[in-house]
Amino acid sequence: MHAFFLIAASTSVVISALILYTLVDGAIDFVREIPFSQLIDRSTQPGWFPRRERFDLPTVLLGTMIMSLIAMVVAVPLGLGTAVFLSEYASGRTRRIIKPIIEVLAGMPSVVVGYFALKFIAPDIVGPLFNPDKVQNMLAAGMGIGILTIPIMASVSEDALSAVPGSLREASFGVGARKSSTVVQVVLPAAVSGIVAAFIITISRAIGETMVATMAGGLDGSGARATNPLDPGLSLTAAMTNASGGSDNVVAGAPFQVLFFLGLLLFLLTMFLNLIGNRFVRRVRQKY
Amino acid sequence: MNQETVVSESEGEIKIHMASEPAAVANTDPAVFETKDLSVFYGDFRAVRDVNLTIRQHEITAFIGPSGCGKTTVLRCFNRMNDFIEIARVEGSIRFHDVDLYDSAVNSTEVRRRIGMVFQKPNPFPKSIYDNVAYGPRLAGVKKKDELDAIVEKSIRGAALWDEVKDRLKASGLGLSGGQQQRLCIARAIAVEPEVILMDEPCSALDPIATARIEDLMKEIKREYTIIIVTHNMQQAARVSDRTAFFTTEVNAESDRRTGCLIEFNDTKKMFSNPDDERTEQYVTGRFG
Amino acid sequence: MALVSPKVKAATRDDVRAGLTRRDKNVSGLVLQIVLLIAVTTTLLILFTLLARLFVPAMPVFAERGTGFLTDTIGSSPDKVGIWPGIYGSLIIGLGVVVGTIPLGVAAAVYLEEYAKDRWYNHLIVVNIRNLAGVPAVIYGILGLTIFVGWLSPVTSGKTVIAATLTLAVLVLPVVIITASEAIRAVPQGLRDAGYGVGASKWEVTRDHVLPYAAPGILTGTVLSLARALGEAAPLILIGAITGLLPRTSLDGPFTALPMTIYSWSAKATPPDSTLEFSEVAAAAGVVLLCIVLLFNIVAVSMRNKYEKRRTGT
Repeated sequence: MHAFFLIAASTSVVISALILYTLVDGAIDFVREIPFSQLIDRSTQPGWFPRRERFDLPTVLLGTMIMSLIAMVVAVPLGLGTAVFLSEYASGRTRRIIKPIIEVLAGMPSVVVGYFALKFIAPDIVGPLFNPDKVQNMLAAGMGIGILTIPIMASVSEDALSAVPGSLREASFGVGARKSSTVVQVVLPAAVSGIVAAFIITISRAIGETMVATMAGGLDGSGARATNPLDPGLSLTAAMTNASGGSDNVVAGAPFQVLFFLGLLLFLLTMFLNLIGNRFVRRVRQKY
Repeated sequence: MNQETVVSESEGEIKIHMASEPAAVANTDPAVFETKDLSVFYGDFRAVRDVNLTIRQHEITAFIGPSGCGKTTVLRCFNRMNDFIEIARVEGSIRFHDVDLYDSAVNSTEVRRRIGMVFQKPNPFPKSIYDNVAYGPRLAGVKKKDELDAIVEKSIRGAALWDEVKDRLKASGLGLSGGQQQRLCIARAIAVEPEVILMDEPCSALDPIATARIEDLMKEIKREYTIIIVTHNMQQAARVSDRTAFFTTEVNAESDRRTGCLIEFNDTKKMFSNPDDERTEQYVTGRFG
Repeated sequence: MALVSPKVKAATRDDVRAGLTRRDKNVSGLVLQIVLLIAVTTTLLILFTLLARLFVPAMPVFAERGTGFLTDTIGSSPDKVGIWPGIYGSLIIGLGVVVGTIPLGVAAAVYLEEYAKDRWYNHLIVVNIRNLAGVPAVIYGILGLTIFVGWLSPVTSGKTVIAATLTLAVLVLPVVIITASEAIRAVPQGLRDAGYGVGASKWEVTRDHVLPYAAPGILTGTVLSLARALGEAAPLILIGAITGLLPRTSLDGPFTALPMTIYSWSAKATPPDSTLEFSEVAAAAGVVLLCIVLLFNIVAVSMRNKYEKRRTGT
């Protein structure tokens, strides 16, 4: 029986190996065709135009970065605030009502949030407030990604806060501290590594998010380099969905191979972030 | 000075009346706390019933009894720590210098500044030794460094810990041994200059040597504070306390739940040599519990 | 307020009372509470708005088409399309995930929790699984495209629902392993000891005691993973799900699934003579998907609550 179970567990290693192999293999093919210098487009109009063999990497990196940053601006305050409220202030009954609601948001499929970003956030929120040139833009996409990642931020933060032993709160109240002082000066500092872990894990999710970025980001496969959040932008993940062919059925050559190159980048980036994040999570568990 | 000692006994309640000089200054009144028919409920369940006690100033009062008899529950009424349990409810009264502690006008934070607590398992903050002790005073508004330094030193000295940590005040409080951590917690408690210190089995997590040091500390500091200690250890109660309250449980026949009650409250010497109640005698001689 | 010893000050009973009833202003505490409350209500408001902005456009679709929406196939005019191919695809995917991933995932979890010793390769497996759980869905799409559509095309016939099922099964496998591991870890050691004590082998103890006890937890994780698999769209795009016309559903032909229909319809321009808009049918498809996913989540959460109650004996 031991062998049977070991094989089952080893399939995960096989999967990782296969992922790495396909990504590296395809990335090498791509890099052989497109020299690295071309990835940093020096022409007058930098941009990501795969069919014209213009692969300006900073375009997609900027797109991902701006959308993720906006997502964090949404997810961190709302997620952490919700976590602190649920953990320190909410009564048992309130918690029993609100926690499941957050879990509903956690189960929300990303394509549905993408729809929401496209049909509501972009035209009805970003549009009237900021009056951008185009309806779809990085701000709307970023906000959508933020909404999608609120639950993970809240959930990991709440774990971190619950891990702080009640005896510390009691010690603080015991010397006559108020609830707010206890939360700010005792609980939050004690939970800091867990909250950092939440932060890192949330960024990782935001960077890997595909559907919202593709549907609401504004550029779904090619476009100019954009630095203004009110402009449409292209994320790493959106560029990938287009490279896979979409409806164009381009299956060969650099415009397709770039899929693997970008995939490798994304894989390494998220793996790096997850490793760091998990280390912080383990630190929380060790402490208590 | 006329002193009369009257002992009256009714259902486990003992009050000792002392006539003092007629004076307007009430702080010669030896009674710090007075409870009357104090009961604690968790929801509908009565965990402790009808406690009648008087705690006197500059004395160490011990609560003893088998586990589950409500000693800690009663202790936590004295600084309103039970407020944090949603379903906990107090009936009867508990008065601190004749002020009803559970009066709606009373601010529980202020209560806890005057009535401090040391817990069963040492719980220093994950901060430096200095910051642990300075936490309370800082919250109370002390901002200047030299004032804080003075308070920190005084408190740590008061907890008989100064010589061991004076060179490493910035080190983490968690790096100390169990006994040292508990003394740090005592220092933290006395830093806000309370009038009373409640101790909930403070030595149960410590080895005998550390325990002895804390017992000595208690006997020293009772000159400045009033101490109530809950302890599982009868010998400890006999060693340190001036008066002892013995609690036990009654089993409710229908619900099979246990309700704690106060059996006897007496001078410690009397309690351990010639107690009034037979159940007390059985407990202190080890025949039960 | 300076720290003045209250016992020096409390010369009279009135002073004591005054001290105890003092209420400080505590502005900062109030501000903190308000900020936290705003965070929570904003989050709830966002969720509510999201649901509203999904259900409202979907209403005309269900009103006009009724159950026809569920049984018709995808097409080019919003007032004639249905999501049947999407439902079909999602059904197959769901089935495949349950049949394929769950046994494999539970077996892997059993290994990790019951059989694995403190060896380097076991640590590698654990780290590896944790890492895989955090890999973005689109990367699994690439894997699926290369392996299941490409290498295994003799078996899967290329861009088919089978390939998609395999891809999504691989995607949720790490999560299944992790939740099953947690459920098994939660089994009290005393239960195992009792089994060993009467001479049972490790497999027998696992089969007869550990797994039954952990079953509710494993089931909860299964249902949640299923909900996840049904909601993912990125791998479907990469595998090559159809967005246009799909005359018939099949296991070895072009396919689609619910998330894909939402994706493609969100972007489609509505032909001028249609009574419904593509954004409306997209919303309707979203409602269907959401209801399925929500149902699974609710089932999983209530199972978990029941399981917790049983464990704590309340």
